[in-house]
Amino acid sequence: MADTMLLPVVEHATVLREDFPPLETKREERRVSGVRISDVLSAVGAAVGSLCLTTVIVTQLAPISGPIAFAAIAYIIFMVLYAMLVYLDESRPVVVDRVILVGVHTLALTVFATLGFVVIFSIVRGAEALPFLNFYTEDMSLAGPLDPLSDGGVVHAIVGTLIQITIALAITIPLGLTTALFLNEVPSAFSRFVRTIVEAMTALPSIVAGLFIYASFILLFGLEKSGFAASLAISVMMLPIMIRSADVVLRLVPMTLKEASIGLGAGQWQTVWRVILPTSRSGLVTAIILATARGIGETSPVLLTSGFTASLNVDPLHGPMVSLPLAIFQFVKSPEPTMIARGFGTAAVLMFIVLALFVVARIIGGQTIEVKERRAEGRRVFWATVSAPAVRATTAVVRVVGPQVTRAATATGRVVGPPLARAAAATGRVVGPPLSRAASTVRTTGDSLFATAAQAMRTFFSTVVTKVRALVTRITAKKDDSK
Amino acid sequence: MSLDSPRLLTTLRDPADVVFRGVARSGGIIVLTIMSLVGLFLGFRAWQALSVSGISFLTEQAWEPDSGRFGIAAVLVGTVLIALVAVVIAVPLATGTALYITEYAPRKIRSFLIGLVDLMAAIPSVVYGLWGFFFLQGNITPVSKWISTTFGWIPIFAVDGADPNDPLASVTVYTSSTFIAGIVVAFMITPIITSIMREVFAQAPLGEREGALALGSTRWGMIRSVVLPFGRGGMIGGTMLGLGRALGETIAVYMIISPVFVIQPHILQNGTNSVSSLIALRYGEATEFGTSALMAAGLTLFLMTLVINFGASAVVARSRSGASS
Repeated sequence: MADTMLLPVVEHATVLREDFPPLETKREERRVSGVRISDVLSAVGAAVGSLCLTTVIVTQLAPISGPIAFAAIAYIIFMVLYAMLVYLDESRPVVVDRVILVGVHTLALTVFATLGFVVIFSIVRGAEALPFLNFYTEDMSLAGPLDPLSDGGVVHAIVGTLIQITIALAITIPLGLTTALFLNEVPSAFSRFVRTIVEAMTALPSIVAGLFIYASFILLFGLEKSGFAASLAISVMMLPIMIRSADVVLRLVPMTLKEASIGLGAGQWQTVWRVILPTSRSGLVTAIILATARGIGETSPVLLTSGFTASLNVDPLHGPMVSLPLAIFQFVKSPEPTMIARGFGTAAVLMFIVLALFVVARIIGGQTIEVKERRAEGRRVFWATVSAPAVRATTAVVRVVGPQVTRAATATGRVVGPPLARAAAATGRVVGPPLSRAASTVRTTGDSLFATAAQAMRTFFSTVVTKVRALVTRITAKKDDSK
Repeated sequence: MSLDSPRLLTTLRDPADVVFRGVARSGGIIVLTIMSLVGLFLGFRAWQALSVSGISFLTEQAWEPDSGRFGIAAVLVGTVLIALVAVVIAVPLATGTALYITEYAPRKIRSFLIGLVDLMAAIPSVVYGLWGFFFLQGNITPVSKWISTTFGWIPIFAVDGADPNDPLASVTVYTSSTFIAGIVVAFMITPIITSIMREVFAQAPLGEREGALALGSTRWGMIRSVVLPFGRGGMIGGTMLGLGRALGETIAVYMIISPVFVIQPHILQNGTNSVSSLIALRYGEATEFGTSALMAAGLTLFLMTLVINFGASAVVARSRSGASS
C-alpha cells in the first residue's frame, strides 16, 4: 500500500478497450507426421509408371512368365522412377534416405508376408482334413492310403507328442533350472566351465542328438525304439536351450534385491526361494515354454529314435510311438492326395499347439508389475467411461418404460388374477385337508420327541448336580478334618 | 602382536544352504556329464570309422562305408552351399525387418511385430519343409531358369543339360536344387537373425541418435552412422547363429533335395546333399561300421557348428552392444 502511495501518478497513454473480444484459443491442430503430399504423390506416380512400363516390357519386349518375375521387374523400375522423382525436388542424401525407406519396408513386408503365407498355406491345404471329427479321435491303424478323410485320424500322433514332451519336460525342467541356478548362484571356475560346455551344446544339431540316443541306448544297450528313447533325444536337444535362456533370465535379477535379502539375514537358499525365483518366475516360465515349442516341433531326433507306427500307443517304454512332426513327414511321403491333406492337417494341429504354448508364454511373460498396473488403470478408465453412461441409460430407460410396465402388469393381473385365485382355492380345497392332517401328525410326533428329550436332559442334569454337590460336601468335610 | 595378525575369515553356512549348494552343484555335474557323454561318445564311435578311412574322409565323395570308400567331401560341400545360400538371402531380409521394427514401424504395432517374429522362430521346420516342397518347388523354377540362362556364364549358376533355346525342355533339371533348399532354410533362420539384430539395434544409445538427427542427418544417415556401427557385433553374431542353425537343419532339406554323392557346385541344378540329411537317409540300413561312419559325419557337423557358435559369442561379447547383455 505504502509503495503505491509513493509512485507518481501517470496518465495512461493508451486506454484498454473494455469491449476487447476474448482471446481466440482455438487453433489449428498441428500435423506432426513427417509425410508430405509430394512424398505420397511421387510414390504413387512411380508405382503407376512402373506398372505401365513393366506391362509393356513383359507383354511386348521380352516375354517373361510368372508372377514372381513380373513383381521383381516392376519393383526395380519402381525404385528407379521413385529415386528420379524425389531427385527433382530434394538433395542427394534425402534421395538415398527415401530409397532406403522404401527398401526397408519392402524387406519387412516380404518377410512377414512369406512367413504368414507359410502358415496360411499349411492351414488352407489342411482345411480339407480339419473339419472331420474323426481326424482328432481316431488313429491310422484301420485307414489305408486310399481311404477317404472320413476314416482315420491323428490321435496317435497327438497323444505321442504329448507323452514324449511330458517325459522330456520331467527330465529337463528340474535339471535345467537347477543347473541355471548353479551357474548363477554358486559361481566358481567349475560353474564357468559348465556354462561354456552348455553354450557349446546349443550348437548340437538335432539330428546328432537323435543319432547319439540311437547309437547308445538303442544299438548299444538294446533298448527298443520307443517313445521314451525319443523323449531322451528331445531332452538332450532341449536341455542346453533351456539352461541358456534360464541363465539369462536369472542374471537379470537385480543385485540390490539379493543384497537386501542377505542384509536382512536370509541365507542363500532363503534368498533363492523367496527373492530370486519369485522375481524371475515369468521369465523362467517363458524360457521353459519356448524350449518346449522347439522340442515339440523337432522331427529328426524322433525319426531316428521312436520308429513309426500307424496305431495308438500309450506305452512310452515299448513299441514305436509316433509324434506330430514325424506323422506329417510320413503322410506327405505318400503320393495320395488324401494322405497329403492329412499331412497338412497335422501340420495345422501342430502349429495350433505351438501357437497356444506361445500365447501362454506371452501372457505369463508379459506380467511385469508395470503391465499389471497399466491393466488395472485401463480397467478403471473403462468402468469410468462405460459404467457411468450405462447407469444413466438404464435409469432413463427405466423412467420411460417403467410406468408402462407397471400398467401392463396391473392389466395382466386384473385379467389373469381371478382365474388364478380360483384355481389356487380349488387346489387348496383338495390338497389342504391331507396336508393339515400330515402337519398335525408331525406336530404330535415332535411334541412327544421334545418331551422325551427334555425329560432325559432333566434327569441327566439332576444327577450331575447331585454328584457335584456330594463331591463338594466330601471335600469340605476333608478340609475340616485336616484342620 | 596378536592384534596385528590377520583374522581367518570363515563362512558358516546354514544347513539349508549347504543342501541347496549341493543339489545345485550336482545338477551342474549331471548336465556336464550328459553333455560330455554326447561329445565323447560321438568322438569314440567316430574314431572307429576315422581310423579306417584316415585323411580320405575329408576328400572322398562317395558314401559306401562297408566297402571302405566313404568321405564327406560331397555332403560337406552341399551342406555349406545350402547354408551359404540361406545366409545370403536371410541376412538382408533380417536386417531390413529388424531395422523396420526398431526404426520405422509405428510405435503401436512394434511389440506385436516383436512377438510375431519370436513366434515365427518357433514354427516347426517340417512346416517350412511342406511349404518348400509343395509350393516353392513349383513356383521358383522359372526364376532358376532365368538366372541360369542370364548368368550361366558365372560357373556356380550354370546348369548342365539345360537348353535355354528349347521351349519344351523339362524343368526338372531345376528342381530339388541347392538354391531351393537354401531359400527354405533362409526363411527358417530369418526370424532368429531378426530377433538378435532387433535386440542390439534397440539398444543403440538415444543420445547419439538424437545427436545425429540434431546435426541435420536424415533417418538413414542416423542409422548408418549410429545404429549400424553400434549393432555390428550383434549383426555378425546373429548371422553366425543363423548359419549354425542352417548347417544343422535336417528335415526341410531332406524333403526337398534329391541326394547325390558328388560335389555339386551348380547351385541351381537338381541334386545336392547335406550331412544331416545323409544321416536321416542312411541310419536305418547302416551296419555297425556304417553307423560309426555316420557318427563321424555328425561329429564333423557338430564341430563346425561349434566353431561358428563360439565365434559368434566371441564377436557379440567383444562388440560394444554385447558388453551389457
